[in-house]
Amino acid sequence: MRDLTLTINGAPVSVAVDERTLLVQLLRDELRLTGTHVGCDTSQCGACNVLLDGEAVKACAVLAVQAEGAGVVTIEGLAQGEALHPMQAAFREHHGLQCGFCTPGMIVAGIDMVRRLGTELDAQTVRAELEGNLCRCTGYHNIVKAIQAGASAMAGPAPAAVAAE
Amino acid sequence: MFAFAYHRPATLIEAQAALAASEEAKPLAGGQTLIPTLKQRLASPSDLVDLGGIPALRGITVVQDLLVIGAMVRHVEVATSPIVATHLPALAALAGLIGDPAVRNRGTLGGSVANNDPSADYPAACLALDAVIVTDRRELPAGDFFTGLFETALQPGEIVTAVRFPLGGEATYEKFPNPASRYAMAGVFVRRGEGGIRVAVTGASQGGVFRWGAAEAALAAGFSPAALDGLRPEAEEMIADIHGSGAYRAQLVAVMARRAVARLAAAR
Repeated sequence: MRDLTLTINGAPVSVAVDERTLLVQLLRDELRLTGTHVGCDTSQCGACNVLLDGEAVKACAVLAVQAEGAGVVTIEGLAQGEALHPMQAAFREHHGLQCGFCTPGMIVAGIDMVRRLGTELDAQTVRAELEGNLCRCTGYHNIVKAIQAGASAMAGPAPAAVAAE
Repeated sequence: MFAFAYHRPATLIEAQAALAASEEAKPLAGGQTLIPTLKQRLASPSDLVDLGGIPALRGITVVQDLLVIGAMVRHVEVATSPIVATHLPALAALAGLIGDPAVRNRGTLGGSVANNDPSADYPAACLALDAVIVTDRRELPAGDFFTGLFETALQPGEIVTAVRFPLGGEATYEKFPNPASRYAMAGVFVRRGEGGIRVAVTGASQGGVFRWGAAEAALAAGFSPAALDGLRPEAEEMIADIHGSGAYRAQLVAVMARRAVARLAAAR
């Protein structure tokens, strides 16, 4: 076992973990943050994407102990109270989901795209950037639209949710 | 996973000490291959020595006519580095084709070359560019470093610290990725420069990354896609699995090589 201290969704967390614990296991099994999903468990599907120090990573391919001292943001940490994060709001507005299983990872991937590429994303770019996120329901049409809209909204006049990012 | 002890040294010296303490200790770089391997219980290191806390293993610099990239530099950094884009754009493009964005946010150059997956992209660039793999003990030309399928010249406890890429000449990489895993089913890196023409192939061969001598000779006689007509590696030596037969991969290599040469010829 090893003592681990990190920040999750803005709150300090200290926990003793087995060294083998994956970041996604810490989040889901220990902390009950079950919005981060395990789809393939082989680094392909992106359902377990979380932000680690602001960057999207596959939480099934990161050891919890590697996040020592880091800041982790999960899907549960994006909204500000009742105000959805602009990327979340865009997925609702554009019906960017059907069953919702892949959605947390899609939203995290979308936020990571904005961080790296800015708020003006064309559809072709979004489709290419989604190569690490799989949806088994709908195809990607509305997901792509949602990420484009969410990206634009993140550029807009700062509502509270954006300012707190 | 089997149990292991975890270490996060802050210096190379501490890392060396941690690795020397056990014959079964392994360095951990970005973990994008090693962690899935541990999950499948295909490896059972006694200790994992995380190199992520060692600043000396990071950094991208140009020293005279060499591009030097630290072992713990991540794929996303190589793909977006203005220095790499200016001096060796083919390498930046290659890094941008590895895995997917979340994998590129973690995976590292040093981890990729040390693992020498037969379908990894970086080994092709290292071999075609005649790069030097720098470790904490010595410097090895890529041709001596990569010794076979998942095999390198690394000794137990030896740590890759950087890779030095010679600059000059022109280079490009053509890759046919597996649509699910994004690993190369055939990736061909072609470099044309003072040292002649070098063609390195990844993803296809049972022996891992290799230089395709026949293609190099044909291109030396005339640098055009047509020079490669009729050439392909031996199908019997290519990987045959559920994703494709040996003959299929041999054909892919030939096509990727012609595309790479066409792109270089057009860019001149």
